[in-house]
Amino acid sequence: MADTIYRNGAFEADSWLKVADDEALPAEGQVLLSLERFLSIADENAEGLRVGVVLKAGERAQALEGRLEAVALIAIEFPKFSDGRGYSSARLLREKHGYQGELRAIGDVLLDQIPFMIRCGIDSFEVVNEPTRRALVEGHSVEVPVYLQPVGRADEVPLGTRPWARRHVAAQRVGQQAD
Amino acid sequence: MKLVTANRLSDGEVVWLGAAGRWVETLFEARLLESREEEAAALAEADASVARQEVVEPYAIDVIREEGHLKPVRFREQIRAAGPTIRLDLGKQARRQESAA
Amino acid sequence: MYRYDEFDREFVDARVAQFSDQVRRRLSGELTEDQFKPLRLMNGLYLQLHAYMLRVAIPYGTLNSRQMRKLAEIARKYDRGYGHFTTRQNVQFNWPRLDETPAILNELAEVEMHAIQTSGNCIRNVTADHFAGAAADEIADPRVYAEILRQWSSLHPEFSFLPRKFKIAITGAPHDRAAVQVHDIGLQLVRNEAGETGFTVFVGGGLGRTPMIGRKVRDFLPEADLLAYSEAILRVYNLYGRRDNKYKARIKILVHETGIEELKADIEREFEAIRHGILTLPKEEVDRIEAYFAAPEFAAPGDEALFDAALETVPGFANFAARNLNAHRQAGYVSVTISLKPIGGAPGDATAEQMEVVADLAARYGHDEIRVSHEQNLVLPHVRKADVPAIYKVLAENGLAEANAGLVTDIIACPGMDYCALATARSIPVAQRISERFGASERQQQIGDLKIKISGCINACGHHHVGHIGILGVEKKGKEYYQITLGGSADESSSIGEIIGPGFSYEEVVDAVENLVDTYVNIRDGEGETFLETYRRVGETPFKEALYGTQ
Ligand code: SF4
Repeated sequence: MADTIYRNGAFEADSWLKVADDEALPAEGQVLLSLERFLSIADENAEGLRVGVVLKAGERAQALEGRLEAVALIAIEFPKFSDGRGYSSARLLREKHGYQGELRAIGDVLLDQIPFMIRCGIDSFEVVNEPTRRALVEGHSVEVPVYLQPVGRADEVPLGTRPWARRHVAAQRVGQQAD
Repeated sequence: MKLVTANRLSDGEVVWLGAAGRWVETLFEARLLESREEEAAALAEADASVARQEVVEPYAIDVIREEGHLKPVRFREQIRAAGPTIRLDLGKQARRQESAA
Repeated sequence: MYRYDEFDREFVDARVAQFSDQVRRRLSGELTEDQFKPLRLMNGLYLQLHAYMLRVAIPYGTLNSRQMRKLAEIARKYDRGYGHFTTRQNVQFNWPRLDETPAILNELAEVEMHAIQTSGNCIRNVTADHFAGAAADEIADPRVYAEILRQWSSLHPEFSFLPRKFKIAITGAPHDRAAVQVHDIGLQLVRNEAGETGFTVFVGGGLGRTPMIGRKVRDFLPEADLLAYSEAILRVYNLYGRRDNKYKARIKILVHETGIEELKADIEREFEAIRHGILTLPKEEVDRIEAYFAAPEFAAPGDEALFDAALETVPGFANFAARNLNAHRQAGYVSVTISLKPIGGAPGDATAEQMEVVADLAARYGHDEIRVSHEQNLVLPHVRKADVPAIYKVLAENGLAEANAGLVTDIIACPGMDYCALATARSIPVAQRISERFGASERQQQIGDLKIKISGCINACGHHHVGHIGILGVEKKGKEYYQITLGGSADESSSIGEIIGPGFSYEEVVDAVENLVDTYVNIRDGEGETFLETYRRVGETPFKEALYGTQ
């Protein structure tokens, strides 16, 4: 499968090189490291590299505190689509630790989970499930576009008087026209 | 002796694997599996049927012959084959009565 | 009661469309059963023994006559003419087709109902006291907060794939009718010295395989922090709750294994990071939602001579009045419990016709409000005392006038092996036989308050752990066996029942229960001492001896 990464509304090739813990780092390029490997190397040793980190389910986002500046991609693993730890990790990274880089969901990523992931701050997806890929290409939306809880996303606006009710900014404009 | 059973995807109806890979709604029409090989073959057929979105979660059950009729060994399977014990007017047992009447 | 605004309506309509699309993708094969199962469960759809089962949410057990009529219509049109009211104040239909669930959900949406999060590993329907807004002993109406929590938890992006299901209950009165201490989060409304509203918070209660009473984590949580604190608890649970073993995945196990102090510190840390943020509840918004739950315009008390006369003249009415009425805060009013436990009936079942009868009564006499209690009965919360005789007459004509609220035949039972795919034994026929055994009205009255609760497997949907007499059905060598526990309770003095000894066969279990009840009647300290009080006073020995002899 060529283009496995879904980002900004389209599929693209994965430009990140997964480097195993016992493999030497290349001199340049984009490398994806385990959390353990990343924490074991100092920033200087990664000079010339763009570094991404895989956060496995069960690994704490907090471990990256203080080093987030050096990270260009965090890939949160969803070992099974029903394992929801990654949603909390994503929100913590975005909302508590202020992470601004790319946040990717990897593992068992399926269509019905993607809207939740987006709201938790994930902005790219490694998708291998065929029906999910097809639906994304076709722009088949499965989202409930009205939200009943605030999350720390800039592109959502409050809706009515309930502070916990939200709507996506884009949808809001459509909604206003309809009014 | 065994049978293969499942629930139909579209409506949840309890079904058993009958002749020629057809799913049947009454236990007496089910295909009796006398050997391990037959059971494995039936389960493979059932899996293929799952892949065609016909049934869900097929599995094999033990049956015995009692007074000439097949009867599931486990009580749970007896209830599945008949209907709720507290509502004889519902489930397969009700249909049997209707057709007898 | 709460009414949808345009956004709520849009939300539910979009959810129906979303689920309909999921069903379509399942039927076409785009979704495998493994992938579909968590999605259908999040919308209350199970595959049971004979068919699918759809659990419809009745938020905090409150509904109006129009909604009840819709339930009756669905029972008739898509099911087999009846529904089952559950211990979590919901209703279940036992025979829907998968391909008709979108149509059912569309019909439910017409009356502001849905099946969102009535199952699955997410935050479930929030439950509350069934006398909320009516009880004389209430501090504040718990439904206001239950509604806020319901909204906030609906399709929560972070908490839709928790380690396991998550249940929240709220009580607004010191006498806990919502069993809050056996919920993942239990909230008890309180007022502090300054007169402000807040919550005492319990975490980690639950029944199931390892029953536990919730631990107190906050004496007073200010009202404004309700959502932030709940989010903190859920986040800690979502991240650290066990996912390796489904029997160890509830938050109670996390509490147990981590230790309450450490977990409390984790929760407080998360809470500190988000409090005073966007989750803070503005007072005006709480007030706005509270207004939905404002008491109806009560009428002047009617002619209570009618009531008093009925006590003398209408057969059975005195018993009904003694058992099935609850004190109301409004003079001249009472709350009426409509028992769904006719002698020998299936606990919690109501036919479409009965649902319509109750809907009519609510519309005519009850300010259009109906409640579902976690005891699987229905309640008309606001009724003029003077109207009770007329109501009683209609109930009696429709098999709904059993005067047994809180008595030995007011049995809670889960569906058990007659319907449930997880069951190890039947529950309903055990309940029916016990009910028949004790059916004589005088005998029931004489026995007094006694809660029997029956589950058909270790999942404990019948809350057997907190029954004064609890019965758990298990399978032993291919046969049904029933384990008896004594001394459980789910009110403000919660306790988990203790297993009294070896189990009994299906044939023996009713005799065993009768034996226990007779023993109690013989040794109680006067008629005023309830079964539970006697058990707490004397312990298990006399009961054990009665069941197993004295060796
Ligand atoms: S307790 Fe067991 S048998 Fe009863 S409804 Fe729950 S899962 Fe089914």
